[in-house]
Amino acid sequence: MKVLVAMSGGVDSSVAAALLLEMGHEVAGVTLRLWGGDSDSGCCSVSDVEDARRVARTIGIVHHVIDDSDLFMDKVVMPYVRAHIDGITPNPCIECNRHIKFGSLLERAHRLGYDAISTGHYARVKRNEDGSYALLRGDDPLKDQSYVLSSLTQGQLRSLLLPIGGMHKGEVRKKAASLGLSTAGKPDSLDVCFINSREGRGNFLAKYADLHEGEIIDSSTGEILGRVDAVELVTPGQRKGLGLSGGRRYALSVDVAARKVIVGSVRQAYEAGLQLRGITWTGDGWEDAYRNGGKLLVQTSAHGRVRNASYRDGLVIYDEPERIVSPGQTVAFYSYDFPAMVLGSGIVDHGIAENEIASVRGLVNTARQ
Amino acid sequence: MISYLDHAATTPMRDEALEAMMPYLYSYYGNPSGSHSVSRQARDAIEDARQRISVHLGCDPGEVVFTAGGTESDNLAIMGVAKARSGRVLCSAFEHRGVLAPCGEVGATLINVDHDGLLDIGHLQSLLDREVSLVSVMLVNNEVGTVQPIDEIARLVKASVPQAVLHTDAVQAAAWMDIASVTEEVDMISVSAHKVGGPKGVGALMIRDGTPYTPLLRGGSHERSRRPGTHNVASIVGMAAAFDAAAKEREVERKHIAELRDYFWELLSTIPGIHETAANRSTKAPGVLSAYFDSLDQQDLLMLIDERGVCASGGSACSSGAIQPSHVLIAMGYSAAQARGAVRFSLGHTTTKEEVAYAAEVVGSAVTQLRGN
Repeated sequence: MKVLVAMSGGVDSSVAAALLLEMGHEVAGVTLRLWGGDSDSGCCSVSDVEDARRVARTIGIVHHVIDDSDLFMDKVVMPYVRAHIDGITPNPCIECNRHIKFGSLLERAHRLGYDAISTGHYARVKRNEDGSYALLRGDDPLKDQSYVLSSLTQGQLRSLLLPIGGMHKGEVRKKAASLGLSTAGKPDSLDVCFINSREGRGNFLAKYADLHEGEIIDSSTGEILGRVDAVELVTPGQRKGLGLSGGRRYALSVDVAARKVIVGSVRQAYEAGLQLRGITWTGDGWEDAYRNGGKLLVQTSAHGRVRNASYRDGLVIYDEPERIVSPGQTVAFYSYDFPAMVLGSGIVDHGIAENEIASVRGLVNTARQ
Repeated sequence: MISYLDHAATTPMRDEALEAMMPYLYSYYGNPSGSHSVSRQARDAIEDARQRISVHLGCDPGEVVFTAGGTESDNLAIMGVAKARSGRVLCSAFEHRGVLAPCGEVGATLINVDHDGLLDIGHLQSLLDREVSLVSVMLVNNEVGTVQPIDEIARLVKASVPQAVLHTDAVQAAAWMDIASVTEEVDMISVSAHKVGGPKGVGALMIRDGTPYTPLLRGGSHERSRRPGTHNVASIVGMAAAFDAAAKEREVERKHIAELRDYFWELLSTIPGIHETAANRSTKAPGVLSAYFDSLDQQDLLMLIDERGVCASGGSACSSGAIQPSHVLIAMGYSAAQARGAVRFSLGHTTTKEEVAYAAEVVGSAVTQLRGN
C-alpha cells in the first residue's frame, strides 16, 4: 500500500514509519505545521520538524511538511477559546485528531493518491471478517491512546494503520535505538501543544478573550467564600487553585455569565451520570446495537479509570456515582463484553446529579437493569 | 526527469563561477587582511572582485560592501540607516522578508501595491513627509516578477524628501537587468550571488558614499568597518565571475527565457481554472511565471509534481519547509483562497524547452488527479 505517515518528530511516529517500511509498504512521511507560536513540545515546533526530517532521512523515506495552521486555528484553537468563554473545558487533542489528522490530512492523502495514513498512536485497528474495522486499545496499558481516537468512524478506520499499537513503549524505544533513530530517547510530549508552560492557560486565553473575576459561592449556604481572578479558568471538579482555606471544597459548576463558581463538599462533587452530545460510533453496527440502550464501559480522561455504566440515547448513567466530569470533556465508550474494543464517544453536555436520576430513570430503566 | 523551475529560489552554479572559485578553496588560502604575500593573493582577488562588481552595480568600488547574502544586505541597509538616522521608514507591502522583517522591527509603514504587482505611486506620495528617513522598494518582485518603476519612485522621493535614503532590493533583478542603469537613482542596493549562477552565502550591499549608516556588526575594520569579518574569499570571487557571465549572456538569456516562458504559459493555459498573476508581461522580468489554480491547495500540487521531478514553489517557504499563503499575493489583493492555490514557476539560465514541456504535462495531470477525487 501507499501510506502517508504523520511524523511528529517523536519516537512513536518515527518507529511507526520504520515498521511500515519493513512491512513492505510504500511510505512517505509528513509533518504538520499547525501552530506558529511558542510551544514547549508536541507537534509543531520547528525543531520537531527537523527531528522528523532527520528520521525520514535515516530510514530513507521522502518527507513533506504541510502547513495546516489556518485550519488548526479554525477547528481547534478558536473553539478551545470559545468553549472557555462558555465555561466549558474542551479536549483540543481530540478535536485535532477529528478535524486535522484524521480529517484534512486523510482527505489530502486520498487526493494525493495514498491508500492510507498512519500515526504513532498506541491503539490498534482490526479488520473484522465482514470487512468492517474495529478500534482496539493499545497493548501497552500505560500508554494506550484509544481514548483520543474514540471519535473515529468507519470511514477513517478503513484508511488508518497503527503499527505500534501492539507494542509496549519500551519495545518502541528499543526498536528506535536499533534503527539508530535520533529520537529514541526523546521525552513524551505532554499537554496542549499550543500553550507553553511559561505562559500558562490563563495568559494564553487572555490574548484571545476577556477573562472575568468572579465569586466563589457555597452551594448549601449561598455564602460568598472568596473570589477567583478568572471564572473562565475554573473547571468543574477542580479543588486546587480556588484559594479557599478550611475544609476541602470542590468546584461543582461554573456560571460564566453570572461570574459565579459554585463549590461544595467532596460528597457533592459526585454525579450519577452524564448527558452527552456529539455522539459518534466506531462501527455502524454499534449505533443500532445501542438504539434501545445497554451496558458499556466509559472512560472520561486519556488514562482515566474505566467505569461500568448504562447508556441510552446520549445519556450515560454510572453504576456507582463518580466524580464530576467537566462539560466539554470527551467520554469514550468501550464494549462491556470486549473491554479493549472502542464503541464510540460523546462530549459531556452536563452532569446528572443523583437527585435528578428519578426524572431520567424512566429513560434508563431498561439500560440499568 | 528533473524539471527545475525554481530559479528564483536559487540557480545552478555557472561553470565560470565554479572554475574561478576552485583555486581560492585550496591553493590561495590566505586571510586577505594579513600583511604577507599569501594574504596579498587573497586580498588582490577580493579587490579585483570588488572592482568588477562595482561595474555591474554602477558605483565606485569603495561603495561595494561584501555580505553573506541578500537577507544580510537587506538587514544591514534597513537597520544600518535606522540606527544612524531617526525618522519614519517606508517599504512596499510585498518586499522579501529580508526587508519586511527589519522594517517591521523599526515600525515601518507599508506602501500599497496594486493588483498588477506594481507600487501604488499615489499611496507613496501621500506617505512622503519630512519625517521619512528611508524608503525601500524592491526592483523585481521575487514571487510575481514585476519590475518596479524605481526611477519614478526615486524622482518622487527626492522631490518630496531630499534627505531620505532610497534602498532597493535588487536580488531578483540581477539576473535580468543591468542594475547600473538605476544606480544613479538610489542610495543603497542589495544583491546576492546565488540568484545569478554564483555560490550561496555571499552577496553585496552598495552603500553610496555619504549615506547615513551605522554598522550592525562590530569587530575588525574589514569593508571599511561597514561589515567586519574575514572575507569569504572563494565565494566573493565566484560572485564576481557569476555577475560577469550573467551580464555577458543577459540579452541572449532574456530573449530565450521570455520565449520559453511564453511557450510554457501557452501549454499551462489549457489547464482549466488556471490564472496567471500579474499577467502583464511588459512589466515583468522574464524568469517568473506565477499562477493560481481555482479551488486547489498549492501544497497538494507541489507534492504531486515533486514526486515526478518538477520543482516549483508556493508562497514563501519558511525555515521548516512548510508553505504559507503568499503575503505578496495578499498584498496585491488576491484572496487567501487564491493565494493558497498559487504556484511560482521560475526559469533561469539552464532552463530548456524539454523541461517546461515536461513540467506543463506533469502539472496538467496533477491538477486532473486533484480535481478528480
